[in-house]
Amino acid sequence: MIRDFIYLKANTVEEALDLIDQHKEDYKVICGGQSLLILMRQGLVAPEHLIDIKSVEELNYIQFDEKEGLRIGATTTHRTVELSPLVLEKFPVLVHMEENLASIQTRNWGTIGGNLCHGDPAGDPGPVFMALNGAVKIASKQKTRTLTLDEFFIDYFETVLEEGEILLEVRLPPIPPRTAVVYEKFNIIKNDQGIISVAASITLNNDGLSCNDARIVIGAAAPAPIRAKETEKLLIGEKISKGLLEKAGEKASEEADPVADIHASEEYRRHLVGVLIKKMVEKAWEQAKAQVK
Amino acid sequence: MEKQVLRITVNSEYHELYIKPKRLLVEVLRDELGLTGTKKGCNTGACHACTVILNGKTVKSCSVLAIQADGGEIKTVEGLASGAELTPLQKSFLDHGAYQCGFCTSGMLLSATALLAENSKPTVEQIKEGIHGNLCRCTGYNSIIRAVKAVTEGKYEEGSQ
Ligand SMILES: Cc1cc2nc3c(=O)[nH]c(=O)nc-3n(C[C@H](O)[C@H](O)[C@H](O)COP(=O)(O)OP(=O)(O)OC[C@H]3O[C@@H](n4cnc5c(N)ncnc54)[C@H](O)[C@@H]3O)c2cc1C
Ligand code: FES
Ligand code: FES
Repeated sequence: MIRDFIYLKANTVEEALDLIDQHKEDYKVICGGQSLLILMRQGLVAPEHLIDIKSVEELNYIQFDEKEGLRIGATTTHRTVELSPLVLEKFPVLVHMEENLASIQTRNWGTIGGNLCHGDPAGDPGPVFMALNGAVKIASKQKTRTLTLDEFFIDYFETVLEEGEILLEVRLPPIPPRTAVVYEKFNIIKNDQGIISVAASITLNNDGLSCNDARIVIGAAAPAPIRAKETEKLLIGEKISKGLLEKAGEKASEEADPVADIHASEEYRRHLVGVLIKKMVEKAWEQAKAQVK
Repeated sequence: MEKQVLRITVNSEYHELYIKPKRLLVEVLRDELGLTGTKKGCNTGACHACTVILNGKTVKSCSVLAIQADGGEIKTVEGLASGAELTPLQKSFLDHGAYQCGFCTSGMLLSATALLAENSKPTVEQIKEGIHGNLCRCTGYNSIIRAVKAVTEGKYEEGSQ
């Protein structure tokens, strides 16, 4: 049973920040409620004030600029991202990610901001945005700040958001030349949350053969999505080979810090990390190489 | 806790109700408006039996606060047929036996209706995508897919029967 609360609807960012500031002793923000209502129904979250930002239209946008890259407002739904021709052209990996995220019904109402702020280590957008070197813009009534996605997630269902703050937008810089970004999750039932997920961004040198830069992110393998930095180091400067992929897979499964749960044992998760890393690095590498020719 | 006003249009009929803000859309539809065609299955967002169309898009009515639908337009299974005249999809579901216990049927019909509104000629793969979230405990998926496919093949167009 959901406990009673006082419902307050914001129509603008300013209204939202004011309402939060006025009720900061006991409030919760709701956007699409796809994650929050589950917790409220279980009685795990029972706020005195529920501040609704779903209708804050000024945060419902997708914009692209050659210099700044892509900006997605917090109240933009998953489905809007999925169906955006702009996103398909500039960041196709996001369309692929969305098509495999939950059901159409969930994507129709759930938002990008809500997904990130929920802080689920098995969420899809987090790892992909991290591989894309993304940042988030956050505001409270007092101040606005911008952080990288790498800094955003802290622990299971915990982010850096402080009391009084809301997420305004995600920023993704333009994808550099000779770069491909790919993402895949392993699950038993299609579109379920991943048991393990891997996002990989590979940038090649001018020669089209060796790796100039790599950003490798693993989801559902730790209390928050993690950058596999040792694996990245191992790839940078090297040419692709079966041996290199093998080593990358091994390194990444050492870097992961998974737990056992009803979906998989710790051992199985580590194994999956190795499998997916090999697959994703190879795929990104090949796609990047195709751009050089 | 104080009740708040909710103004919604359901199946083209305008309603003004007073509800507690914690009420879910499925509860208001079923308990306040008596529209029990919308089914409550899992009540946790997993089964999609409670699917309705809100402002042109399918949502799970168990996972939306009714108050968040304020000012909105909702279509439930009761709003598909006009009078006794069933929609092509409804007729096709009947002809193809695309229901067994019927519990998932209203959600399936609304998902398929939304799919066909976006794409009138979906492939079988796209039909599967379109109803992907809707679980059928009786596992009658094949007949449901056949029923949707038959509509896309023009078998239920006006005058074809
Ligand atoms: C059946 C099901 C399957 C799912 N499968 C997947 C999946 O495969 N992959 C995946 O990634 N996700 C999945 N999800 C999760 C879901 O997609 C997201 O968590 C959802 O999009 C959250 O968005 P929302 O707007 O509904 O957030 P809400 O539920 O409204 O909010 C979630 C949290 O974020 C906070 N919040 C929301 N917006 C803001 C903001 N702008 N600023 C600050 N705080 C904010 C809320 O206070 C709350 O704590 C699934 C969910 C369900 C129900
Ligand atoms: S009752 Fe709404 S998803 Fe199951
Ligand atoms: S017909 Fe029984 S659940 Fe689908």
